[in-house]
Amino acid sequence: MRVLDIKMFRDLRRLWAQALAIALVVAGGVATLLLAVGSHRSLDETRTAYYERYAFADVFAVLRRAPKNLVERLAEIPGVAAVEARIAKLALLDIPNFREPASGQFISLPEFGQPVLNRLYLRAGRLPEPGSLEEVVVNDSFAKAHGFAPGARFAAILNGRKRELVIVGSALSPEFIYTVGPGDIMPDDRRFAIVWMAEKALAAAYDLENAFSSVSLKLLRDASEREVIQHLDALLERHGGRAAYGRKDQTSHAWLDHELDMLNNMSRTLPPIFLLVAAFLVNLTLTRLVALEREQIGLLKALGYPNLTIAAHYLGFVLAIVAVGIAIGSVAGTLLGMYVTTLFGDFFRFPFLVFIRSPDLYVAAAGLSVLAAAVGAIRALREVVALPPAVAMQPPAPARFRHFLSPRLAVKLVSQPMLMMVRNLTRHPVRALFTTLGMALATAILVVSLFVSDTMEQLIDVTYFMADRQDGTISFVEKRPLDVVTQVARLPGVLAVEPYREIPVRIRNGNVERLIMISGRPRDSDLSRIIDVDLRPVRLPESGLAISDMLAQVLGVQAGDLVDIELLEGQRRTVFLQLTALVEDYFGIKGMMDSDALARLMREAPAVNSVNVSLDAAGLDRLYAAVKGMPTVSGMALQRVSLANFRDTVALLVNTMASIYTALAAIIAFGVVYNNARISLSERARELASLRVLGFTQGEVLRILLLELAILTLIAQPPAMAWRGS
Amino acid sequence: MSERIFAAKALTKIYTSGEVEVRALRGVDLEVSAGEFVVLLGPSGSGKSTLLNIMGGLDHATSGQLFFKNLELTRLDDRELTAYRRSHVGFVFQFYNLIPSLTARENVALVTEIAEEPMRPEEALALVGLEARMDHFPAQLSGGEQQRVAIARAIAKRPEVLLCDEPTGALDSKTGIIVIEALLSVNSQLGTTTVIITHNASIQDVADRVLFFADGQISRMRKNETRRAAAELSW
Repeated sequence: MRVLDIKMFRDLRRLWAQALAIALVVAGGVATLLLAVGSHRSLDETRTAYYERYAFADVFAVLRRAPKNLVERLAEIPGVAAVEARIAKLALLDIPNFREPASGQFISLPEFGQPVLNRLYLRAGRLPEPGSLEEVVVNDSFAKAHGFAPGARFAAILNGRKRELVIVGSALSPEFIYTVGPGDIMPDDRRFAIVWMAEKALAAAYDLENAFSSVSLKLLRDASEREVIQHLDALLERHGGRAAYGRKDQTSHAWLDHELDMLNNMSRTLPPIFLLVAAFLVNLTLTRLVALEREQIGLLKALGYPNLTIAAHYLGFVLAIVAVGIAIGSVAGTLLGMYVTTLFGDFFRFPFLVFIRSPDLYVAAAGLSVLAAAVGAIRALREVVALPPAVAMQPPAPARFRHFLSPRLAVKLVSQPMLMMVRNLTRHPVRALFTTLGMALATAILVVSLFVSDTMEQLIDVTYFMADRQDGTISFVEKRPLDVVTQVARLPGVLAVEPYREIPVRIRNGNVERLIMISGRPRDSDLSRIIDVDLRPVRLPESGLAISDMLAQVLGVQAGDLVDIELLEGQRRTVFLQLTALVEDYFGIKGMMDSDALARLMREAPAVNSVNVSLDAAGLDRLYAAVKGMPTVSGMALQRVSLANFRDTVALLVNTMASIYTALAAIIAFGVVYNNARISLSERARELASLRVLGFTQGEVLRILLLELAILTLIAQPPAMAWRGS
Repeated sequence: MSERIFAAKALTKIYTSGEVEVRALRGVDLEVSAGEFVVLLGPSGSGKSTLLNIMGGLDHATSGQLFFKNLELTRLDDRELTAYRRSHVGFVFQFYNLIPSLTARENVALVTEIAEEPMRPEEALALVGLEARMDHFPAQLSGGEQQRVAIARAIAKRPEVLLCDEPTGALDSKTGIIVIEALLSVNSQLGTTTVIITHNASIQDVADRVLFFADGQISRMRKNETRRAAAELSW
């Protein structure tokens, strides 16, 4: 080993704590990059493989009833590769020893074998016998939630008739990775099931022999989804078709996309922060090292070492630190990536996981780290090269300071230690700036992670206690005349009722369009209120549309603008509606209207899809029993259960991510503060010792050092808060 | 007369430090022969160190000429000066300038690794009587021992010239004498041309020639017909 290498390793050993602090920050950057991009790639690839192997469709539509021979015409739509026509119906379930009403999405299975599209992955058991009237396969999470194994029984009210069903298998489907029951906003595996049944049995129950009520299409690679949807809508309109939609509007897929985006966003925000801080720390530490080793550098030059060799020596010092950081980060990132991939994979209930090995990612992470360190090292290396050998042999001249006040005034106003501190800060403005920046970044990450639970509580408060204050929502299979409200009000345990009507629409501004539900609310609704962006309850105007703030951003519209609304139920037509208000809605993207205005728009008599109810806790059992006997009800959502589910589901992911973020913020804060304190101490050891000689106490000297860090930390707070806000 | 190794003609150096212009050398003329042991004496700021730095290729002159044998040092750029230092010059400094993180042997190896036909570090350390303390770090050595390591490091590449800036400045008399002895023995055994700057007038008696500096010029020169041995010195 060359002697200069020996020097490098001894320097590293001597400065191990500072070096480790930098290495950990580099490791943070590498780990977050590998974690976020790596797990995103793995999960994305898993999803793609899952979708391909189990033939997830591209376009979906539901309709009232169409004859089977229409399938051939659907298959002839240009761009369509495969068609799966089936029966899909929502129905109430009656589960033994489970008092709340549950609902099921019933889906028919073809006579023999698996469907062409949206195939099942059987977790246990088998598919139903072709002719069987009672055999069903349920989704795995529902079976698990109830502890159901093949052989278990439950009942369902299919088209008004109660049927006993027996589970013969449990399955996963790419179509139902995420499932939400009618009227609900969160998944509840105990109260919502996907139930696959032999086509004959379901057709008999709903009088749909030789007919279908749901269709999925697989498109050719180069097909235009938009054109296919237009064709499909035109063909299905006569058959009571509701608007067809692509994957981006399919609940399960859209949600999965959203979750994966979260990982992707993490990969875009965190690694740059770490690399920036790493560059700064390298700059700070190396500049100081070079200043301390002026004489050694001069000596090496005097001995005849060329500039390049000396600069390479110091660059080597930095690269060794970075190499350690890359190694730690690679291991941590790989392990965390696998952990997060598995965590999300379980959460999504993927039947298998595809771990993508991404050598390119490691190379990129290492390359970026080296680049950041090199950028950080440039200034110090330039100093190394510029240092003339003769000057290097003499001690450095006293640093130049500037007055920041007139000297006389300064003496009167500020104490000497304070002056020293302020002048020291102003002498290294760039360093002070970057220290502040580093601390601000760390604080912002920390504050965000600590505030996540607060944000969740606010979301819960707004959604469950300010806006949707009902105890439950009873949804109907089809729209009902207004007198159904009176029937619901008469049910045992119901204290107050409030109906609403929902219709699907396509909302459009320019090229951006979204498939949403417009919900028509009574003027004076009090159970389910509408909350505006300032968190105040608002009354809906008599005409016009209110949409959530988020949807307005997606569409690029503001209150007062006109938007295109394509009504997708009843008489289909396109109207222009004025946006009269923006409202706060954390879940999904919805539009809201006055119910009378909606009825006028639909050219129909006032109708109802769902009724929000306020309940008397004492009468719940009787209410549940009564609801289970109502053939027109598709499901009953319960706010209490929904809230508990929300806390359970979201808490796991949020807490995991918040812990990771907190650890990362701690690493950055430690790296910045520790390096700064060490360097400040090393630069000013003589000065501070002189103060001790002059009679300052240890405490007073310590105060000068700490005060400086405290001031920088304090300055960092406002920008940190500002970032958190954004 | 042996071969001429240095020749300076009207060598001038002006430093500008801020608004102040310092004339460190004002037209120095000088010749040094191979194997000569020269002592530069004079008060602080008289130009001794500046001359030594320019002779060692650590600094550029403002005007005038300086030859090392037939090589005109005053015409060389930084890269060529580096090469010159690397192959011909050894330095010894007042504060030793050892690398604290390297042992005695490794400090010497710093030079032997880049020199063309160096001694082994052990050999160089033996020449200054430090063969027993080769694996000590500078912090474990006394001042005199550290300076002897610096001398070993300077001579290990068998330089033609050894330039010493206040080599005994930080040492007590007894230790200083041991260091001077080491320098003299290198000068006599290896024939290395040696130039020493000192404030210490008592060292002048061991030299072949003494140059007195004042105000950036050589004010006086003395040739010692008989050189005293280091052991006879005291201060």
